[in-house]
Amino acid sequence: MPFTVAEKILQAHSPEEVKGPGQIVRCTVDMVLANDITAPLAIKSFAAMGAQKVFHTNKVALVCDHFTPNKDIASAEQVRVVREFAQKMGVTHYYEGGDCGVEHALLPETGMVGPGDVVVGADSHTCTYGGLGAFATGMGSTDVAAAMALGETWFKVPPTIKVQIDGELPEYVGAKDLILELIGRIGVAGALYKALEFAGSTVSALSVEGRMTMANMAIEAGGKAGLFTADQKAMDYAKAAGHANPRSFAADPGAAYERVVAIDAGDMSPRVACPHLPENVKPVAEVGQVPIRQAVVGSCTNGRIEDLREAAAVLKGRKVAKGVRLIVLPATPRIWRQAMDEGLFTTFLDAGAVVGPPTCGPCLGGHMGILAAGEVCVATTNRNFKGRMGSLDSFVYLAGPAVAAASAVAGQIIHPAAL
Amino acid sequence: MTYRGKAHKVGSNIDTDAIIPARFLVTTDPQELGANCMEGLEPGWISRVKSGDIMVAGPNFGCGSSREHAPIALKGAGLPVVVAHSFARIFYRNGFNMGLILLEVGDAVDRLGDGHDLEVDAEAGKIVNHTTGETVQCMPVPAFMAEILAAGGLVGYAKARLAAQG
Ligand code: SF4
Repeated sequence: MPFTVAEKILQAHSPEEVKGPGQIVRCTVDMVLANDITAPLAIKSFAAMGAQKVFHTNKVALVCDHFTPNKDIASAEQVRVVREFAQKMGVTHYYEGGDCGVEHALLPETGMVGPGDVVVGADSHTCTYGGLGAFATGMGSTDVAAAMALGETWFKVPPTIKVQIDGELPEYVGAKDLILELIGRIGVAGALYKALEFAGSTVSALSVEGRMTMANMAIEAGGKAGLFTADQKAMDYAKAAGHANPRSFAADPGAAYERVVAIDAGDMSPRVACPHLPENVKPVAEVGQVPIRQAVVGSCTNGRIEDLREAAAVLKGRKVAKGVRLIVLPATPRIWRQAMDEGLFTTFLDAGAVVGPPTCGPCLGGHMGILAAGEVCVATTNRNFKGRMGSLDSFVYLAGPAVAAASAVAGQIIHPAAL
Repeated sequence: MTYRGKAHKVGSNIDTDAIIPARFLVTTDPQELGANCMEGLEPGWISRVKSGDIMVAGPNFGCGSSREHAPIALKGAGLPVVVAHSFARIFYRNGFNMGLILLEVGDAVDRLGDGHDLEVDAEAGKIVNHTTGETVQCMPVPAFMAEILAAGGLVGYAKARLAAQG
């Protein structure tokens, strides 16, 4: 029987025979993740289960990235709980402080996750690793606690939507625009309980980072996973990052898809998701006159080196508009150093941007860039729910790095080519 | 198990930031989280809820983050059951894991109004609307989920598995 990528990866991790969508299967997991918000709950559940040890000390990652550097006493206390647990359990992948970065950028670049893995994380954007060809999905803390203790979890085999993207990307159009376009078309519940499988010439031409940007937002369409087939590029990326055992899975010819969505990338312009849902997607030219108070370049969606380069290319020789805060947060220490070495910070500082540490920070309305009532932000992050970045009366527009940077310069949402 | 209470109806795509905003995530205490439940939808929303009331929602309830704080907050606020058109995937898992009862009713949600007096039978997949006299049938809780609920949530379930492993 021909299978989809999701079915094949699940089969490679399950003793049961995978037959198709709807079936509940038990799978082993290659990596289990939690962060400073979700790990304390997971640890509580772990203890309540009577678990004495984690199933594997190298296969649990605890990344205290959300409020880092700890914003207040309560968040510091949460991190203390995580740290003490990591020490007690002998968890090798524990991160806070100078080696900490946004989890979904940190795990791929350090080889903790890679092609063919099954990864579960107590964070909804765990689906990011689908960009590398891993079956990765977010769960709650207690599900993750059970996976930490048992080394396995259960899945309902998802039906798959195939997303076929062909054509050459026009200037200023990138991975973020592709995924926004898809979410705009199918809606925030368009892939509810389902896997997305991306294919086509545009996808093959994308960098591994770009694919992770797309897989990252599978959850904004309601999806369980956003999957790519690991090609040579992805395998090379994983090996260079130090992943021990990358495995590539491709869909069989004739695999059963619930539906196919085709996107012509050659026709596209940059996209923006307007408040207060990621599905309110428009071409940037149709957003109208929207003055902004803040722009954020960062997060697990667009805080990688390519994203920073893209923003810097727009900002070079330009200034951020008076009264606008541009906040740049490289997603990991490695990306931070690389940006520094490439001289991108000079460009950012010359333009009048704030460069901050690797942190989730404003993305979830945590700290380092919170919005007051009435304030408008254009962000390269992934969610624009009401109040996500601060006041319930603030507004978040989602876009790629080029549009965010250009908008900071113009003081309003704008197409980079119109600067 | 049957539950009877007043319906509190909310709209479509109610996200986890609406159910419990990130600024309240510095605790895992059900009472504290419950006191701030739905604060992201409307400040003070929760004050209308009496313990044992029933949440009724449109499509994709609980979309957004994986925070288990969301079902915990609902339970902590005294809402033991959520009846929705549909649920977001992670929320669906989390709900059962935390012992929150979730029923998907699809378009029939239109027949359950704000303030209606509802009686929910989760095992039978039946909701009696005492205000209108109508009965809504839906899929009962799936077998695997019932197993988890019977073990008192995922914690009890995993505990039994670990004990069996020795
Ligand atoms: S950057 Fe934002 S979306 Fe990504 S893990 Fe952090 S808070 Fe979540």
